[in-house]
Amino acid sequence: MLKTFKIGGVHPAENKFSAGKQIETLPIPDMVTVPIAQHIGAPSTPVVKKGDEVKVGQLLAQSAGFVSANIHSPVSGKVFKIDDVLDSSGYKKKAIIIKVEGDEWEETIDRSTDLVKQTDLSPKEIVDRVAQSGIVGLGGATFPTHVKLAVPQGMTAEMLLINAVECEPYLTADHQLMMEKGAEIMVGIDLLMKAIGVKKAIIGIENNKPDAIKHLSQLAKEYAGVEVCALKVQYPQGGEKQLINAATGREVPSGALPISVGCVVNNVGTAYAVYEAVMKNKPLFERVVTVTGKSVSKPSNFMARVGMSVSQLVEAAGGLPEDTGKVISGGPMMGKALVTTDVPVTKGTSGVLIMREEEATRRTMKNCIRCAKCVSACPMGLEPYLLMTYAEKKMWEESEDSFVMDCIECGSCSYTCPADRPLLDYIRLGKGTVGQIMRSRKK
Amino acid sequence: MSVTILYTIVTLSAIGVLAATILYLTAQKFKVYEDPRIDDVDEALPGANCGGCGYAGCRAFAEACVSKNELSDLFCPVGGNDCMTDIAGILGLEAIKKDPRVAVVRCNGTCENRPKTNTYDGAVSCAIASSLYGGDTNCSFGCLGCGDCVEVCDFDAIKMDPETGLPVVIDDKCVACGACVDACPRDLIELRRKMPKDRKIFVGCRNMDKGAAAKKACTVACIGCTKCAKECPFDAITIENNLAFIDSDKCKLCRKCVVVCPTNAIQELNFPPRKVKAEKPAAKVEAKPVAKKEKPAATNNEESTEPKN
Repeated sequence: MLKTFKIGGVHPAENKFSAGKQIETLPIPDMVTVPIAQHIGAPSTPVVKKGDEVKVGQLLAQSAGFVSANIHSPVSGKVFKIDDVLDSSGYKKKAIIIKVEGDEWEETIDRSTDLVKQTDLSPKEIVDRVAQSGIVGLGGATFPTHVKLAVPQGMTAEMLLINAVECEPYLTADHQLMMEKGAEIMVGIDLLMKAIGVKKAIIGIENNKPDAIKHLSQLAKEYAGVEVCALKVQYPQGGEKQLINAATGREVPSGALPISVGCVVNNVGTAYAVYEAVMKNKPLFERVVTVTGKSVSKPSNFMARVGMSVSQLVEAAGGLPEDTGKVISGGPMMGKALVTTDVPVTKGTSGVLIMREEEATRRTMKNCIRCAKCVSACPMGLEPYLLMTYAEKKMWEESEDSFVMDCIECGSCSYTCPADRPLLDYIRLGKGTVGQIMRSRKK
Repeated sequence: MSVTILYTIVTLSAIGVLAATILYLTAQKFKVYEDPRIDDVDEALPGANCGGCGYAGCRAFAEACVSKNELSDLFCPVGGNDCMTDIAGILGLEAIKKDPRVAVVRCNGTCENRPKTNTYDGAVSCAIASSLYGGDTNCSFGCLGCGDCVEVCDFDAIKMDPETGLPVVIDDKCVACGACVDACPRDLIELRRKMPKDRKIFVGCRNMDKGAAAKKACTVACIGCTKCAKECPFDAITIENNLAFIDSDKCKLCRKCVVVCPTNAIQELNFPPRKVKAEKPAAKVEAKPVAKKEKPAATNNEESTEPKN
């Protein structure tokens, strides 16, 4: 019997059309737009100005605070302007626009493909290198990795969990990365273990990727303490708390971080980025992005540089199909519909999903029939129907008492609702408002 | 037989007297004194419980009036000056006078002025739509049209116009309680001074983008060109973040700003139609001289009746 998390969860159709497609490197466009807010936390402060010459890997914007990350240039060329541009949030945000000239890299970056395994860096130096390279969680949440690696005082990390679950339907970026860069990922995992000082690491992979499980298990034999854990396919297993529960049986208490049960969770893509940053001196400016959809003629996995336009990726995958209803940044469950494809790829873009019109249209909301399907589906053990009603009626105190802040916004409730109620939309509103109230209380 | 009845009456009366005494003593012991004036003030209030005064309801406001013993920062927008004078009479205090106000929607992004670029099919709530993205047009400052303001209005004073997709305030019903102002996630609704004959002049735009971007998103956007601020004889117009703002306490309805506005972002409502001279064919060019001739007269009139302070 395969392991999985204990409460809730759904199993949507997997539709992994781009599985097994080689990662293609895309040509560098003439212009790139690099937003300064690509992570959770404070937006970075630009350190370049209009007209500056930049090289690939050069620092563009400095981290502004503890929870923030550096941003590096994905291309070489001249800073064209720093302006407000529409990003995937649908609002205008500040971005650095660079006109591309050639492809000149910083000399410090090792561009060879040789595998480097040995390093004599201390854990502190590894964390510093990760922080300098602007690495953030590449699973989609974009939480700065160096913050995760800094274990707070009074707490000890017992193990490292590597999130290779990729539970979102359609997406295959992590899967393909594991198949092609498995050896590098293992070195990255080794570095992460050293950074937080643990002897044990578990790589959680869902059972729908048997080739990846086999490949990594083979490679893991070389590394003491690293094991691969095959998991039953269940959404949202890629959620931090769900993965901990599935792989270790531990339960993270409400409002606490994974470190409270001795775990540090990092995405498999992040492990690869850590390898590149520490061993190759290459900061994070490119990532694997899946472009897929039922009508897409060429579903693919691309190695895309940050700042490239989503439309370039869509073109490379065969263009926008005629029956397109929505273009979604991320997966179908947690992704966000884009207003236009002229938005830049950021560190958090794990995929671009093109949905057909008939799939994308939301059905009209009906009355709640009290079937409690949402309650059984909620992986956090919440009562979504109740939280929605509270948000509708603006009952924020009751929302808070019903643990609205524990919601991980996975969308299982909305997915499962037979009355097509926009449960998550309202819960998110409740979460936002309650969060604001809680913050104002602290002041 | 009769003795039994007698005993019953005597016992029951004794119990009754005892219970009454206990109740009386308890009532005396736990008596909460309440100023009788609170009831009087509560009676004088409109009883709408809208919260426009900043208190939880009319009763809470009445309690505040009595306990504070001064009315300098207390005002019931629904009852207005009349109601506050009554309360002041009851309490023997001085009431402050405030100009009546009315809610104004500062967006004119109708379907024609502001073309839609995408379709929103999420939950019908402005708060949710606004937290998700910039909206179904290129303007991320304008009205989202889901009607959060209509929903919160206790007075039926705001309605959605199905043709324009924008909310419309019904001036006669609006009591300026401010519920819609708080409900609008885009901060589009403002409480402005009520002018004679419900006339209004205001900048019907909140777009803080640079001029070119704002104009591209909506034909009647304020582009922050500062023409109106230069034209205004009363210093009522300020420009901040590429956006003009007309202070309704300073505005004298001279309408000079309306004429100079190159995008028609400044709206004039409930005015009689302008006299148009039919000499020149181009509307824009011709409107200016006409207004200039007409304006000083209007301005002087306004100034003579309402001296600037």
